[in-house]
Amino acid sequence: MRHTISVLVDNKPGVLARVAGLFSGRGFNIECLSVNETLDPTVSQMTLVTRGDDQLIEQIIKQLNKLIDVIKVVDLENGDYVGREMALIKVSVENTKRSEVLSIVDIFRGKVVDISPSFYTIEVTGDEAKIRAIVELFKPIGIKEIARTGKVALTRESKERKA
Amino acid sequence: MAGDTVKLTGAQIFLECLQREQVKVIFGYPGGSVLDVYNHLYDASIKHILVRHEQAAVHAADGYARVTGEVGVCLVTSGPGATNTVTGIATAHMDSIPVVVFSGQVPTMLIGNDAFQEADIVGITRPCTKHNYLVRDVKELAAVIKEAFYIARSGRPGPVLVDLPKDVLRASDTFHYPEHITMRSYRPTYKGNKRQIVRAMEEMVAARKPVIYAGGGVILSNASKELTTFARKLNIPVTTTLMGLGAFPGSDPLCLGMLGMHGTYRANMAVTHCDLLIAIGARFDDRVTGDLNKFAPSAKVIHMDIDPTSISKNIKVDIPIVGDVREIIKECLTIISEQKIQKDHRKEWLNEIKHWREKHTLAYKKSTNIKPQYVIEKIYELTKGDCIVATEVGQNQMWTAQYFTFDKPRRLLTSGGLGTMGYGFPAAIGAQVAFPDKTVIDIAGDGSIQMNIQELATAVQYQLPVKIVILNNHCLGMVRQWQELFYDKRYSHSRFETHPDFVKLAEAYGAVGLRATKPEEVEKVIKRGLATHKTVIMEFVVESEEGVYPMVPAGASIDKMILL
Repeated sequence: MRHTISVLVDNKPGVLARVAGLFSGRGFNIECLSVNETLDPTVSQMTLVTRGDDQLIEQIIKQLNKLIDVIKVVDLENGDYVGREMALIKVSVENTKRSEVLSIVDIFRGKVVDISPSFYTIEVTGDEAKIRAIVELFKPIGIKEIARTGKVALTRESKERKA
Repeated sequence: MAGDTVKLTGAQIFLECLQREQVKVIFGYPGGSVLDVYNHLYDASIKHILVRHEQAAVHAADGYARVTGEVGVCLVTSGPGATNTVTGIATAHMDSIPVVVFSGQVPTMLIGNDAFQEADIVGITRPCTKHNYLVRDVKELAAVIKEAFYIARSGRPGPVLVDLPKDVLRASDTFHYPEHITMRSYRPTYKGNKRQIVRAMEEMVAARKPVIYAGGGVILSNASKELTTFARKLNIPVTTTLMGLGAFPGSDPLCLGMLGMHGTYRANMAVTHCDLLIAIGARFDDRVTGDLNKFAPSAKVIHMDIDPTSISKNIKVDIPIVGDVREIIKECLTIISEQKIQKDHRKEWLNEIKHWREKHTLAYKKSTNIKPQYVIEKIYELTKGDCIVATEVGQNQMWTAQYFTFDKPRRLLTSGGLGTMGYGFPAAIGAQVAFPDKTVIDIAGDGSIQMNIQELATAVQYQLPVKIVILNNHCLGMVRQWQELFYDKRYSHSRFETHPDFVKLAEAYGAVGLRATKPEEVEKVIKRGLATHKTVIMEFVVESEEGVYPMVPAGASIDKMILL
């Protein structure tokens, strides 16, 4: 099963290498990863997506916790969370494709962030399925380039949420 | 010295810090980037042992740490000095030994520049240290050193490397050594969860066929006394891992000996048939468990360990208890005192074990050649076990584990996890430095001893009377044994066609060399060796084809033993 795991770490040089090294050294797999500073500049937040059975996920979480620089590890799969990715997609708009592209952007609540005579660059955010869907729709029209972020995620504030 | 107004150089701060940590000895080797430290070591009170290879510095610090329970300290230069420590660090890491390695580094300005004697040692050792540091500013130095020692010795201990760029050692700052440190990201759990302990106690009292499986964690947490009291009170038999030898008295009637690949028949049978397995400071290593599916198949499992990652890593645990095993056992003991223990219902189980013991005990066939097992038995007999024993890796290690009885903890130095040939001799040097008056013996093979033989010079220089026993079978015995059993006797590159004359070699280094080639010479040589107050090599030319038995083939169920 896929798990999105949020990891708070000390914002120090080499921490990313420690986390990445842990995954490669122990044969765990990272599907995507994003890292950024939190409000507290001494702390960074990593969101990573990995895959494994319960025992493996338990081991991954324990191993992450064992790293000296890791402050907190939360398996977001244990409760509700909001997860988003962003993609920048450069789509070919030659000939008469412009309105078609714009209507897709509209439906997906994306934005055109750059325009040239032959290309639109579109920004879209959403969960992985949404990003995949829009990419599939643009493919026949012609994608020149694509850049995607890893997932970022936060737990939902809800009374039913288990501790 | 410690005044807030006086400025010290990084090198001086470094030495001040070591004094605050009550470091008595450094094992090291100088070089360009640590010359500032060595300049101050020249007239410092701290003892420095000059080894002949940096790998040996780490093994010696590791041996020192294992026998004393204190943190071992090494100091090496940048580049090759640092990379040479890697095997030693990895060895300490696998066996959870508290060691702090200080490596020199090129000046911060030059880092990343492929400078002379530059190596990214922090990158290289990241996966084989508990933690490591590159000190970028002299202002951080004291706090980093404090943290390094704290991390090395607390929680599940382990090696920590601190990389010291030359300009940091030369820069000046006021010296302030932090009294305490709190790390928001590192807080080991020492106290076990009370409810889990109570649950575990219920199981342990009720079980008809329980076995304690004790590992190196018992020794690391100094819990041998508590474990012994506990096992005797509850009348539970104890098997130990290689790392756990000495955690429970080997001569106690409840002791089953070592389990696993070269364990005793009774230990492996007891684990296979037990209804409750109590793992204490052990980690279910593959050399212990063999086929995981058939390991203690009908047992409930209690696992006490300070490292949560060890729990349910290889085997599903029913009652996990995270904490320092000494604290946990002490807690168990207070609960016992409130309970009545019925020892009788274990009688049947102990009888069953007795039956296994009678069915098969450790044995070897006598021969006209010297048997390596005989040499170890004789050493035990002549020292009455009152010595520190280091081993190398391979057959010498397994025979020592089988034929030498360890009644006390911190008496056996062996590379259990990494299996590092060349570990034993430098580790023995470290132990002898810690206890100059104790008998320290390295039991070696003719292969392993040559991996750090240069340390003879160190031992002789510091007049360390380490006794090296070479069981010379002219081959890599364990490799040969596997080739015999599993590779159709194709002895590919496991035989040494030439060897130095070990007696002359010892003499060339200024040590004493002795040799026995016949069984009747064994006792005489050991007696002479033990009576020698100098570094001594005792070479025993032993039977080449001798194997270590019993043996469980790798990956097989541990009750399927090749017996002899």
